[in-house]
Amino acid sequence: MANFEPKIVGFLCNWCTYAGADLAGTSRMQYPPNIRPIRVMCSGSVDSVYILRALLEGADGVFIGGCHPGDCHYVSGNYKERRRITVLKSILKSLGLDDGRVWIRWVSASEGKRYADSISEMTSHLKRLGPNPVSKYWSL
Amino acid sequence: MKKEVVIEVKDAKAKEAINSFLESLLEKNLVSALLVPREVPSKDNVVQNLMTNSNLPVRGPVCRAGTGRRMQTGGLKEVNVISPVLPVSSARIISQMTRLSSYKNPVGVVLRSCEIRALIELVKLKQASLDNLLIIGVDCLGTYSISDYQDLCKQGNSPSDELLRKFKEGREDTKLRKACQVCEYPIPSNADLVIGLVGVDFEKNILLKSGTEKGEKILEKFSFPEFNQSKREESVSKYLSKKIEKRDTLFSEMKGEVSGWENLLSVFSTCINCHNCMRVCPLCYCRECFFESPTFEFDSEKYLLWAKRKGSIKMPRDTTLFHLGRMSHMATSCVGCGLCEQACPSNIPLLKIFKMVSYNVQQIFKYVPGRDLEEPLPLTTFKEDELRSVGEE
Repeated sequence: MANFEPKIVGFLCNWCTYAGADLAGTSRMQYPPNIRPIRVMCSGSVDSVYILRALLEGADGVFIGGCHPGDCHYVSGNYKERRRITVLKSILKSLGLDDGRVWIRWVSASEGKRYADSISEMTSHLKRLGPNPVSKYWSL
Repeated sequence: MKKEVVIEVKDAKAKEAINSFLESLLEKNLVSALLVPREVPSKDNVVQNLMTNSNLPVRGPVCRAGTGRRMQTGGLKEVNVISPVLPVSSARIISQMTRLSSYKNPVGVVLRSCEIRALIELVKLKQASLDNLLIIGVDCLGTYSISDYQDLCKQGNSPSDELLRKFKEGREDTKLRKACQVCEYPIPSNADLVIGLVGVDFEKNILLKSGTEKGEKILEKFSFPEFNQSKREESVSKYLSKKIEKRDTLFSEMKGEVSGWENLLSVFSTCINCHNCMRVCPLCYCRECFFESPTFEFDSEKYLLWAKRKGSIKMPRDTTLFHLGRMSHMATSCVGCGLCEQACPSNIPLLKIFKMVSYNVQQIFKYVPGRDLEEPLPLTTFKEDELRSVGEE
């Protein structure tokens, strides 16, 4: 397990977190290469099914990045996503599943460091958790 | 002022007494049509009927004109609003009827509490309209599964009579669908009129109560005697507390049974992907199900790739994703009618799972589906100052 490299699927909002990730890159900040970012127009467009699908396909974690509350370019997308993630986490918890594999963070376009730190943090958290147990089952 | 009156029952025939009230709604032109459950000719099930004629032929679906043969008529004889079976949620039917345009003249709909609650959720989802609907709620004493109902009929018993008798004797009916045994909302709310069976001696009297001004105006057209039994409230709260107790037991059982991937996957692995649960669910609101979209059509090679990854994969695929995904969409509005479980050919205990998950989700937002038309759906609204810890952890 020492060499376990978690795979994180990231859904990053075009206006804030994706730009934040860009800034982390252009500023040459170092962070683990474990995230596979997918750019979406708004965190509010990330339906729970996409997150569940990533998890059931074997992703070790799912990271959703959105604008800080109040900063959404579509006014309220992040507020709605906040509720949706709350619902999803509650479902996972009710079914005895680990909701700690789903992270949502508000990262603005100017917070390259916050983005890099978040990914480092999540990677080491998932390393501690170990691989997604779903991967061993054939009966999905 | 809420009006409470009684419908007098002759010869302990509760069904007939209710029917004669419904009949007069049509006769007095207080409604232009009625949506009611009607017994099928084989008598072993009921289906929803939209009726405009209060004097229906009793047998045979077609009245052949010109044959000289006289059809026997018998009013609403085959209508049975207390039949303990729920093949389809009327909320779905009303949605179908009112989605494109609402009614100009009043249409009476006779519904159980779970159907009213689902209907209210559908109105919030803009998939149904309450305009000119006269909602007549009936106290629900529970329903049997379709097959249990048919079995009872085959044995020559009238399930409705049996249910009323058991209820009157205060006997617990373990044959009722699990959903009904643990239902916390068997008494209709948000109805214009309520036909009350709990806490009344339904062999002699049935309670008829107005819940809105619309309902009150209807009652003014009748000269029913006033209702003056104080037992009702006490009996209702006793009835409810029993069910809540059963619900909590169900939840605690659930915790051990469906917890963790291993248990969950073995529960869902028998799913044959028929999507019956989605089709009967009154709250699966997507006009086109995402899980039936081309998103889930894959290239032949893709299946091999998946199989190679684990050595072997279950087919059909994505059944667990379907259930969890469906859950994430409708858990905030789930009314716990349990039709998903009834429609499941693989006997997956969907009610248990969905009921507990939904209860926990609804608790977060202190939301009760079907409670109030003005309460927005949790996923369509937000507060700026809430759930602060999400996104900051």
